[in-house]
Amino acid sequence: MALFLVQALNGLQLGLLLFLIAAGLTLIFGVMDFINLAHGVQYMIGAYFGVMFAGLTGNFWAGLVLACLAAGALGLGLERLLFRHLYRRSHLEQVLATFGVILTLTEAARTIWGPAPLQLKMPEILDGSFQLMDGLRYPVYRLFLIVASLAVAGLLAWAVNRTRAGMLIRAGASNAAMVEALGVDIGRLFALVFGIGAMLAGFAGVLAAPLVAVEPSMGDNLLILAFVVIVVGGIGSIRGAFVAALLIGLVDTLGRLLVSDLARAALGASGAARLGPAVASMLIYLLMALVLAIRPAGLFPSPGART
Amino acid sequence: MRTKLIAAFAATILAGTALTGWASAQAQSVKVGVITTLSGPAASLGVQLRDGFQLGLDRLSGKLGGVPVELSLIDDELKPDLAVTRIQALVGSGKGDVIVGPIFSNVLAAIVKPATDAGSILISTNAGPSTLAGRGCNKNFFVTSYQNDLPHAVSGQFAQDSGYKRIFLLAPNYQAGKDALAGVKSKFKGEIVGEEYVPLTQMDHQAELAKIAAAKPDAVYAFMPGGIGVALVKQYRQAGLANIPFLSAFTVDESVLPAEGDAAVGFYNGSAWAPNLDNPANKEFVAAFEAKYGYVPASYAAHAYDTVTLLDAAIKKAGGTGDKAKLIAALETADFASVKGSFKFGVNHFPVQDYYLTQVAKRADGKYQTEARKKVFTADVDPYAAECRMK
Repeated sequence: MALFLVQALNGLQLGLLLFLIAAGLTLIFGVMDFINLAHGVQYMIGAYFGVMFAGLTGNFWAGLVLACLAAGALGLGLERLLFRHLYRRSHLEQVLATFGVILTLTEAARTIWGPAPLQLKMPEILDGSFQLMDGLRYPVYRLFLIVASLAVAGLLAWAVNRTRAGMLIRAGASNAAMVEALGVDIGRLFALVFGIGAMLAGFAGVLAAPLVAVEPSMGDNLLILAFVVIVVGGIGSIRGAFVAALLIGLVDTLGRLLVSDLARAALGASGAARLGPAVASMLIYLLMALVLAIRPAGLFPSPGART
Repeated sequence: MRTKLIAAFAATILAGTALTGWASAQAQSVKVGVITTLSGPAASLGVQLRDGFQLGLDRLSGKLGGVPVELSLIDDELKPDLAVTRIQALVGSGKGDVIVGPIFSNVLAAIVKPATDAGSILISTNAGPSTLAGRGCNKNFFVTSYQNDLPHAVSGQFAQDSGYKRIFLLAPNYQAGKDALAGVKSKFKGEIVGEEYVPLTQMDHQAELAKIAAAKPDAVYAFMPGGIGVALVKQYRQAGLANIPFLSAFTVDESVLPAEGDAAVGFYNGSAWAPNLDNPANKEFVAAFEAKYGYVPASYAAHAYDTVTLLDAAIKKAGGTGDKAKLIAALETADFASVKGSFKFGVNHFPVQDYYLTQVAKRADGKYQTEARKKVFTADVDPYAAECRMK
């Protein structure tokens, strides 16, 4: 039972981290109909910025703020120089171009910071743990991650649902052409969305950095998960991304626990060792297939969205 | 027109002489190809190999056995098919008298045949798969690092010797992970209370940590190379599990210690080499390496450096690389000062050497290294050598 609780907390935390990445992705995809494969790389660059600025200032929090700003600026720069010219192109061309950005930025990170993984020290005040179950302590930093992600999610929900810019973003996700016809500068709106998305990815990168290895390939796997999240949640929907991210996070972590136990009961130890991990890593894709079969537009499709 | 013709004629003659001159200079050089992984997530290991080799060569002023070296550096990008193409190009252009590398077993498996069939001598400085140690042994193929099972077997033997009753095993879900845990189990006879295979891309290991906490083993063994190991070590420490001994291989070595930092201090590692091994060759190597590159070498660099010293001695003994049979005989004697102290080749051209349990320590200068704590195997012959019938 205690194990279950730990895993639920971990699932929550993974889900929230996924949400931070998926939120930007779903907005960009939903509002601009633009597939940005480079979103995972922006998460990675955010982590590297965090390491760099925390090193320069000697302070985690200053590093966090500066890294978010730098990640946002980088996103805006990319949008202006490259992505802007791709909005009206086909999805295939967007995929090719943003894949090129992945290769370029990954190689740039390797050249600038070296291929060896780096570490970001967590702030002293969060560098502790508390007793959660017999023999297992839970790191304070992970709780902080949960709280910080929830706060950002709340802020985002408020901004999207209660502000004028948020209203335009929602309108853009439903029908971009109509928004433009009503006299809204759609170019500026797109740039805003892109900047926010990049900043959120960078924020997630810095938050994750003390827990994992900061290395050039760290965003690759998360990008795939983030796409699963936005497809399950409904493209363009922040609420959908939030629910789907938590769902994916929980299914992935709890599934890993339950599947290996079930497999052990059914097949014995050696069969479980072979089959368990394979099935566990399939679970989220099975979930995605199930959702798509029942609700092809995702759990919370944005009104009027292309399906 | 006429002057032009004469000029062209003269130029041709000049070029001709230059070419013959160039060719004869080539005949007096040793052509070495170094194949390593310089791009992709594993590049930090490949860089260590390259730097270790370069340092060894610099120490000998760019000569092996007194003969100038013509060096070709090949990036295998961790793609076996690409490695084969590049090795074929190398031997096809006559630039591969000796080939050194690679890091990964799957790349090695792909290039063994094209390299040795062409008559090149291939010296692996890291990968030592069982397939090439037993029936698949080859007279043109040498390994200066270790047989793949043994760094893992060190921990199995240590756990057995320490009287541990119950251990928990952790590895990535691919072939090398399964081989690693088989290596541990070949020496440990107690109870395996958990055996977890995680996806190679998994960065959050809380599920496994929770299981470890619930199982309360006497020790944990982890083979988690690269970034997943960095994440594991940090999370293991944060979960308050560090009172359970952490045994491993390729999980807390110098290639990842800068990223793991204090979290790894006190954790154990199985290895044939450590920066603090007390012999003159090793002291000179570690000091020179850190002075030149500014980071602490890992075994990848040490084995590459060792290979240079070995080649130097063997080429001197054989009087060049012209007579391959002579060179192989000279290599087999392994008459050189290894950074690992005692070193010999077995019948299968794999090392017969000592293996240590090492432990991560923070040095006075704030950098991290592994330090040999206990010699677990002495002059160990790998378990496959008996199956080798060298042709």
